Amino acid sequence: MSEVSMVVNGRKVSGAVEDRTLLVHYLREHLGLTGTHVGCDTSQCGACVVHMDGKAVKSCSILAAQASGSEIVTIEGLANGADLHPVQAAFKEHHGLQCGFCTPGMIMAATDMIRRHPEGLDEATVRAELEGNICRCTGYHNIVKAVLAASKTMAKAGKGKARKAA
Amino acid sequence: MYQTTYHRAASVSDAVKHLKKSDDAKLVSGGMTLIPAMKTRLAAPADLVDLRHIPEMRGIAVSGKTVTIGAATTHAEVATDARIAKACPALSHLASHIGDPHVRHMGTIGGSIANNDPAADYPAAMLALDAIIVTNKRETPAGKFFKGLFETALKEDEIITAVTFTVPAKSGYEKFPNPASRYAMTGVFVAKGKDGVRAAVTGAGEDGVFRSGEIEAALSKKFEPAALEGVSVPSDDLMTDIHASAEYRANLVVVMAKRAVVRANA
Amino acid sequence: MGVEGIGARVARKEDKRFITGAGRYVDDMVVPGMKHAAFVRSPYAHADIRKIDVKAAQAMPGVIAVLTGRELKADGVGNLICGWMIHSKDGTPMKMGAWSPLAVDRARYVGDAVAIVVAETKGQARDAAEAVEVTYKERKAVTDAVKALGKGAPQLHPEADNNLIYDWEIGDAKATEAAIAKAAHVTRMHIVNNRLVPNAMEPRAALGHYDKAEDHYTCWTTSQNPHVARLVMSAFYNIAPENKLRVIAPDVGGGFGSKIFIYPEEIVCLWASKRAGVPVKWVADRTESFLTDAHGRDHVSEVQMAFDKNNRIIGLKVDTIANFGAYMSLFSSSVPTYLYATLLSGQYDIPAIHANVRAVYTNSAPVDAYRGAGRPEATYLLERVMETAARELGVDPAELRRVNFIRQFPHQTPVILNYDAGDYEASLDAAMKAADYAGFAKRRDKAKKAGRLRGIGLSCYIEACGLAPSAAVGSLGAGVGLWESAEVRVNAVGTIEVMTGSHSHGQGHETTFAQLVSDRFGLPVDSVNIVHGDTDKVQMGMGTYGSRSGAVGMSAIVKALDKVEAKAKKIAAHLMEADEGDIVIENGELKVAGTDKSVPWFQLALAAYTAHNLPAGMEPGLKEGAFYDPTNFTFPAGCYICEVEVDPETGRTEIVQFVAADDFGNIINPMIVEGQVHGGIAQGVGQAMLEGAHYDPASGQLLTASYMDYTMPRADDLPSFKVSTSNTPCPSNPLGIKGCGEAGAIGSPPAVINAITNAIGNNDLTMPATPQRVWAALKAATKH
Repeated sequence: MSEVSMVVNGRKVSGAVEDRTLLVHYLREHLGLTGTHVGCDTSQCGACVVHMDGKAVKSCSILAAQASGSEIVTIEGLANGADLHPVQAAFKEHHGLQCGFCTPGMIMAATDMIRRHPEGLDEATVRAELEGNICRCTGYHNIVKAVLAASKTMAKAGKGKARKAA
Repeated sequence: MYQTTYHRAASVSDAVKHLKKSDDAKLVSGGMTLIPAMKTRLAAPADLVDLRHIPEMRGIAVSGKTVTIGAATTHAEVATDARIAKACPALSHLASHIGDPHVRHMGTIGGSIANNDPAADYPAAMLALDAIIVTNKRETPAGKFFKGLFETALKEDEIITAVTFTVPAKSGYEKFPNPASRYAMTGVFVAKGKDGVRAAVTGAGEDGVFRSGEIEAALSKKFEPAALEGVSVPSDDLMTDIHASAEYRANLVVVMAKRAVVRANA
Repeated sequence: MGVEGIGARVARKEDKRFITGAGRYVDDMVVPGMKHAAFVRSPYAHADIRKIDVKAAQAMPGVIAVLTGRELKADGVGNLICGWMIHSKDGTPMKMGAWSPLAVDRARYVGDAVAIVVAETKGQARDAAEAVEVTYKERKAVTDAVKALGKGAPQLHPEADNNLIYDWEIGDAKATEAAIAKAAHVTRMHIVNNRLVPNAMEPRAALGHYDKAEDHYTCWTTSQNPHVARLVMSAFYNIAPENKLRVIAPDVGGGFGSKIFIYPEEIVCLWASKRAGVPVKWVADRTESFLTDAHGRDHVSEVQMAFDKNNRIIGLKVDTIANFGAYMSLFSSSVPTYLYATLLSGQYDIPAIHANVRAVYTNSAPVDAYRGAGRPEATYLLERVMETAARELGVDPAELRRVNFIRQFPHQTPVILNYDAGDYEASLDAAMKAADYAGFAKRRDKAKKAGRLRGIGLSCYIEACGLAPSAAVGSLGAGVGLWESAEVRVNAVGTIEVMTGSHSHGQGHETTFAQLVSDRFGLPVDSVNIVHGDTDKVQMGMGTYGSRSGAVGMSAIVKALDKVEAKAKKIAAHLMEADEGDIVIENGELKVAGTDKSVPWFQLALAAYTAHNLPAGMEPGLKEGAFYDPTNFTFPAGCYICEVEVDPETGRTEIVQFVAADDFGNIINPMIVEGQVHGGIAQGVGQAMLEGAHYDPASGQLLTASYMDYTMPRADDLPSFKVSTSNTPCPSNPLGIKGCGEAGAIGSPPAVINAITNAIGNNDLTMPATPQRVWAALKAATKH
């Protein structure tokens, strides 16, 4: 058993877990954060993507013990209170989800992608960078649309903020 | 996953201490290969020693013509490092195409090299760049480091701490990914340095990464894609699986080499 | 059309929970005292089970129970069944071999469940499952259906000689032979339809809970049709009478057919819950899903299509061998018969058709319905043959199709179906226009200059959805009726709950079904809740598959709404002292036409429940139910055009354009319909270029048992799609809708393969057209 402690969605959590406990299982079973899903065994589907210290990672391929001491954001922690994150809003507006199972991972991947591309995104880049997330329902068409739309919205909001700051 | 005991190493010597204490310990860095292997019960180390929090193993240094990359440096860090992009864009390109963005945030160059997966990208770069693999014990040229499928010259208690190489005049990497796994089904790294042209092939060889004499000979005459017209490589020692026959891989070796040269000359 | 009514692009009500991580799938369910299960599975494709020693496993940490098939049988749990009876052409019934939920004497495919371990944690259950010692005696295995029919092939079930389940035929053999004999041209092809793994992103899961005090079972399961699951588990597997068994299918992460069927795991979890005295949860990992989810397709066919001198089709002869895997899954028998051979007329007027279908056991996972189920196989066969015939005849593939289109409706085909409405030329023209078919030659020449081979391919598909009426499918062998039920419950404050037997697992029913209500009463969709997926909440239903939720499920809601509306109007007329016939419902009000008198909807509802002032003799309340049994199948149809570029050096194919022009009849929510088409196309492109379940012929091991080897379509494998719809309303249901869930998967594979073969100049290419295969085909073409 290992003692792990981390900050999850802004809240300090700690507990004793079997060393073999994966981060995703710690989140789901110990913390009750079931929004993060497991869709494969080989680290490919991306249903389990969360942010660790600000970067998208696959929580099914990281031990909780490895993640101890880090800051984790899951799909449950993405919205700002009642306000949806722009990526969440875009997925809804553009019908970027159907069964919803891959959606948390997709949204966490998309927010990370937009963060890494402040210069903006094009369709080819979005498709290439969704390599680590598999969806069986949407054919990706509307996911790509949603990510592009969210990227634009966030760029505008960012500029707005920058202007205000100046 | 079977039971295992996790140890977080604070330093290289601390990691060695943990390794020595256990009969069956494995090092984990990003864990992007090892953890999935443990999940599917293909790997079952009694002890896991985490190298991700050892400051001395992280970071990139470019000094003159020498590039040094700490073993625990992630693929994302290599892919986005401005100094690497300037010194060896082929390596940036390679790193930015390993796995997917999430995997690149965790996976490390040291882990990839130590694992020596026959379809991994980094071994091809190390071999073509004639890189030195630096461990806590010694420095080994890549040519003597990669020994076959998942096998390296690493001894017990030996930990890769960094890799270092001399910036080549030109280099390029092109891979044809396996349609399912996205690992290299064939990837070719070409480098033109002061000692001539080296071309290393990953994803194709039955014994893992190798240098292609045919490609090197042709490119030594002229470092142009046209030099590879009509060149063929033997398929005898290439892999055959459900995705690609040895014959198809032999074709890909030449095609990827050509495209790598195009990139190198760009 | 109101802003939220029929035809509006209403954003989905259900999205909020999915995008915030609040969806509730089976693996998210927790019951007090719940323990975890792991299955011991056969590592052999075919083996006798000599002995099962559970002692070591029972002694492992955390283990609560280790149970085997012998105990299951002793408790009277029944065998799994196939619910659609097919008779061979000699009149004998299909040969169904016994399928015990836990194999007792013999394992017949890799992954066949042999025992279950229940333990405190998932990890402990798996550890102990490995400690169960099963002594196997390996037998020779066969995974290829053609080989399984051959002499000396390993035999799977004593009930089925030569592994033959049935040898069935449809159509007129004599007339077809005569047509071929007198034909001006006959196109002959050998067609392989590759085996696929459905791969819903949520792996299958089950949570069985036996309540000793109530002697009652609850089963949470990843099901597309929880009511059918309850019916079958009660009637055939003897779990419990229906009143003692509640089945809940909460949020389900995709199905695509694979979650229609009742699998061993949910039965065993329920049984084990009683045996072990604890709630038992099992969740498949991905490899387990690959091994044990029902696979799709896997046909091998010989086909001959006969043309007269005017390029009119005069006959079609098909001989198909269908791989059923090791056991007959729930609806397996219907797939290559009534869902396949009846579609072989396609969009064409073909006077004579004959199809022979042999269904065969092999040592592989059971095969059953997967998105399209039979119709993709029929479409692929027909549309590959049409394209090939056009090349052989030297005519434009679009024109060959055009001259053979059915143009008069209703149209009786020689293979049972009676097409009620359609305009195939409209779809073809729309697709050709959207694809700039006329400009293809220029694009091809431009690509050639860049060293790339460009090709174009068409596919004109038809499918049959909303299988019905019940009496008709019953006469064809179906074990169930194919109607749907609905109940509309108006609350005293005017909000509405709709209970439906359809199940939503991505289709967006919570939105589209609410749109029907919104449209009818002028209420916001937010005041309507759709309740589904729980046998305690919804009386009965047949579930969601075969694109039936719209045509059948929504039609049932319409019928219930009719009754609610009629009663509401009666009450309104009484309250306003007007004639019932003068009452109109608009914008949430009941009005007397031509006057300013009105009653708001909520007030009307309250009046129904206070019952202070109702028409004499009227029962209080406002709640109505209906069952709807359609009068015919529906027939969505359309035209898909795919354009590809092939890299001749590597064989890598890029889809540069994909156009879909569909006729789905009337549409409730175009946004959702487009989403269904996108997803269907992705799965069709997956079949054509990427996906294939591959068994090792010698060992029977599944070589594509993870995403490392089974190629799932990813975002960069696909382009954005150009989709459009046209509309010939369906005359056989009140909404005029046809269904859209499967079209993409049905229409797209032949379009892709026709495009690639067009690009490389070699027609000999099997799915999936992987880079290696395309490269090899290209090489073969240039050698000649």
